[in-house]
Order: sequence, then structure tokens, then C-alpha cells
Amino acid sequence: MDRFLQYALAGLSGGSLYALVALGLVLIYRSARVLNFAHGDIATLGTFVAFTVVTRGLPMSLGLPLAILAGAVVAVVFYFGALVPAQRKGANALGSVILTFGLSLVLQGFTVWGWGAEPDRLPFPLSDTKVWKIGPVFVSELAAGTLAAAAAASLLLFFLTQRTRLGLAMRATSENLAAAQTLGIPTRGVLAFAWGTAAALAVIAGVFLAPALLLDPFFMLDPLFKGLAAAVLGGMNSLPGAVVGGLLLGIAESLTGAYLAIEFKTTMAFVLIVAVLLVRPEGLLGREFQERV
Amino acid sequence: MDLVETYQEQLRFARKPLSRALLIALLAVLTALPWWAPGYWLSHGALVWLFALGIVGQNLLIGYAGQISFGQAGFLAVGAYAFGHLRIAGAPFPLALIAAGLAAGFLGWLVGFPSLRLKGPYLAIATLGFGTAVYQIFTNVSVLSGGHAGLALPALGIPAGLSRDAFLYLLFFALFLLFTALAYNLVSSYVGRAFVAIRDSDIAAEAMGVNLARYKLLAFALSSFYTGVHGALLAQFLGHLEPQSFSIEQTITIFVAVIVGGLASIEGSVFGAAFAILVPAVFGGFRWAVPVLFGGAILLTMIFEPLGLAGLWIKTRLYFRLWPFR
Repeated sequence: MDRFLQYALAGLSGGSLYALVALGLVLIYRSARVLNFAHGDIATLGTFVAFTVVTRGLPMSLGLPLAILAGAVVAVVFYFGALVPAQRKGANALGSVILTFGLSLVLQGFTVWGWGAEPDRLPFPLSDTKVWKIGPVFVSELAAGTLAAAAAASLLLFFLTQRTRLGLAMRATSENLAAAQTLGIPTRGVLAFAWGTAAALAVIAGVFLAPALLLDPFFMLDPLFKGLAAAVLGGMNSLPGAVVGGLLLGIAESLTGAYLAIEFKTTMAFVLIVAVLLVRPEGLLGREFQERV
Repeated sequence: MDLVETYQEQLRFARKPLSRALLIALLAVLTALPWWAPGYWLSHGALVWLFALGIVGQNLLIGYAGQISFGQAGFLAVGAYAFGHLRIAGAPFPLALIAAGLAAGFLGWLVGFPSLRLKGPYLAIATLGFGTAVYQIFTNVSVLSGGHAGLALPALGIPAGLSRDAFLYLLFFALFLLFTALAYNLVSSYVGRAFVAIRDSDIAAEAMGVNLARYKLLAFALSSFYTGVHGALLAQFLGHLEPQSFSIEQTITIFVAVIVGGLASIEGSVFGAAFAILVPAVFGGFRWAVPVLFGGAILLTMIFEPLGLAGLWIKTRLYFRLWPFR
């Protein structure tokens, strides 16, 4: 039972980061109907910015905001520089997804160019060797910090979308773009803000993932897949669904690693997703958009 | 301008005598490549043809039927390993090739089932999961992958007077022509139009009497068959198989080739394959350059020329058809 709890907790901490990645993906999918494959590479770029700041001897409290800023700038530039012109030319959903895929490759290339392909270790204020014993389980400082950061970011996002006028505009834009425009909502600006926010969430996830993994230009590939899977599991257009999906996926993965086979951790996660999708194609908490012919 | 008046005319490859002559000349030059090109380019030429064969297949699925799939690496691996094991067991080349295609095609048919209920991003994730699962299975089950040593394939008997590269080039070129002709006929038939109808609006297609289940599964099975054959030929080309050859990078390269070449275009598939093989061949020395060029090409394609290189090709042809008046 203790073993179960220990692994479940590890899964919860990992899952909270998947949830952050998934939240960013869902935020963009909900508002722009675009599946963002560049999410992971934006996070990687941001994390490397933090790495550069921290290795210059400056504190993480400066590195994290700068990293978030870098990620958000890339996302907003991509939105105005690539997505808007392409959509003016009549790019459909498939075209937009392909664009994000292109951005992902470009960012990957530039990250390799700027920081090299060799793995680095990100100096991080929280350590994963310092542990506390709470009841029957051990909690590391890093895991606790990760959980706290993910919870804080999710709560902030919740307040942003549900309690502010900007959030109302975001929800209106995602509900019906044309109607929102008619009502005088500056939808371009709102969508650009959604892209920036999503990138910020991705960078936070990246910075908290980096100390546990090694930092190289491809380190977000696997978390991105998990985030995608979590978003799909929870429902691509449901923000609470993303959190639920991320946590469930993290726990399922950790328990698979503990009790079944560690090599098939990732595979089991995807098997779970496909099983859920076959029963509920719109995800656990999702509500599929109705479509007109 | 030329008008297409009958269905038979629509089905012809090259309608005008001049374009037919040019096509034959081009085929002749490409067939004779082993006798005039340096050896380095010959092996790349062989790779381009085997790659183009696979891209034609994936274009059926992504370009024509409009189903986003990220499971290509998985089908490639299944085709390659089915081919490898059959060849080691002593099966003749054509039989092993067909069997590899069928194995991948059957798996594609199975993977197609979620596509009946899933759309867009959901389908992309499900197929991505399939690709990852196949990769992990092949890396971890040594009976399938041949363990650490990998799987060494028996070489093909090479006719006298040809080098290995020249023989593979000609073989792949012939197979490419065969499979491309098949795909070309397919897309100008009812099946191809059903695919396009599903891509443009599956609900409308269903209302018009297109059997969605049948044609979506057919698109998956056919494209996987092509990718399986692609994998088999790749196995023959490499001569030695290890699971690491079938990572997500293969999926990315195939996807880039389909997009840059041009969605829903057979000629585009060849251009895309040439792009995806020759860019790494030329810029392979800089590790960062290949993703930047691939990604940049995708961005430019989607922003300026959504039909890809095939779109540029059509525009060039139109320009010369009216030349010098314009």
C-alpha cells in the first residue's frame, strides 16, 4: 500500500506537469482550433533561456520570467507572422496544424544551433534529493515545488478565464469567432494573448521538468506527447479536462512502471488513451463542437 | 486552352503529344542515370525513388483522404521487419515485398478503425500512439528486432554488368513507376473522388452516398501498404535493420515530404521525396540546418504556396503554355 501511495504521488507530481502542457494545448485548441505541435519546442527554447540566465550567475527568480517572456514572444510572433497570413490565404485546420509543425522544426533547429545538442543540467533552486517524510510516503522538495507551481498556474488560469473581462472575451472568441467580432471584441488580440499565455504555461512546465530530466534540445518531445495525450484524454476543449487528463495519465504511467513493465510505460499511456477515445471520442470532460456542413 | 471532353481523356497520363514526348524523354534520362551520374548521386537517387513510393501512399491518406496520421514510422518498421524476417527465412524478393506491404496494410486497416470515430487532433494522437508503441515493441522485444546485433538481410543477386547501387536504383525506379501508375489510376477513379469528398466534408460525403467506414479504412490500408513496401525497400537498401532507424524522425521526414511536395498531388510526392532526401544529403554536415530548412520550407509552403512544390510546378507549366503572351 505504501509502495502504491509512493508511486501514485510520483505520478501526481509528473502528471501535474503534463497537465500544464495540456492546459496550454487546450487553451490554443479551444480558441483557435489549432493543435499546437510547436508547444514543446517553445518550452524548450524558454527553458534554455532560463538556463543561460542562471548559468550567468543570476537568480532563477529572474530567469523564469525572462524564459516565459521569450516563449510568449515566439508564440505571438508566430501567430501574427505565420498563422494570420496563412489563414488570410484560406488555410484550414489541417493547414494550421502543419504550420505549427513547421515552427516546431525551425525552433528545434535554432535551439541546436544556439545551445548545442549535448545534454546540460539546469541549476535549479529546488533539489530532488532533499526529501521529507509525510506519513508513509517520501516527498522531495522538487516534487512538492512542481505540484505547487502547477497548482498555482492552473488556478491563475482559472481566475483569468472565469473571473476577468479578458477571460470573458477569450471564452466568447472560442465559442463563436464571428459573433465575438461583431460584438466588438478584438479577436486577433485575444487570440494572440491566448497563444502567449499557452506558451507561458509550456515554459513553466519545461523549467520544472528540466531538473528531473537532462536539458537537451529534444527533452520536451516526450512530455509534449504526454501533454497531447492528456489533453485528448480530458477532452481537447475542456480546461478542467486537461488537468484531470494530465493527473490521470501521470498516475497511470507511474503505476504501470511500478507494477507492469517499465519499458512499456509510454505505450501503456497511449493504449489507455485509445481505449478511452473509443468509448468517448470527445474525451472525458470534453464536449465536441457541433459542425455544420 | 485544352478542354477535357471525355472521361477516357481525363484518365490519360499526358494528353498532348509534346508533353508525352517530354515525359518519355524524362523517363529515358532517369532510366539511364546509372550510366551518366556519379555513384554518390546514384544511391541518393535510389533513396529518392523508394521514398517517393512511400510518399505517394501517404499522400493518398493525408492529401487525398485528409486524415492526419503520425504513425508512419510504425508502418515503416512493420514493413521492414516483415520483409527482413521473410527474406532471412528464404522467401523470394517479390513475395517478401508483397507480404511486407500486406502486413503493414492489414495493420493500417486495424489502426484505421479509430479513425471511424476520431477526427483531426484526436486521430493524430491515436496514430502517434501507434507509432510510439511499435517503436517501443521493436526496441524491447529482441525476437522481433534481432537483439543488439540487429537483423542482417541477405543481399539480392545482382545481374552482371551492374553495380549494387545501379541495380537498386533501377529496381526502385521500376517499382516506383508501377506503384505510382496504380495510385494515379486510383485517384482518378471513384475511389479517389470518394477520398477527396471525405476530406472536404465527411458528413456531406456520407449524405452523398460515400460509405465512410469502407473508404476511410481503405485509405488507411492502402497508404500503409505503400509505406510497408517503402519500409521493405528501405530494409533492402540499408541491408541491416535496427529499431532506431524507425524513430519519430522517419515520421517527421515523411510528413515534411508530403506537405512540401504538395497535398493531393502525385507529382508533388516525387518533388517532396526529392526535397526530403536531398536536403539532408546536402546540408547534413550542420545538424541544426536540416530541421530549420524542413520547418522553414513548411512555413513558406503553407503561407505562400499551399499546394507545395506541385503548385509551383503547375504555375510554371501554365506560364510556359501561354508564353510569350502574358
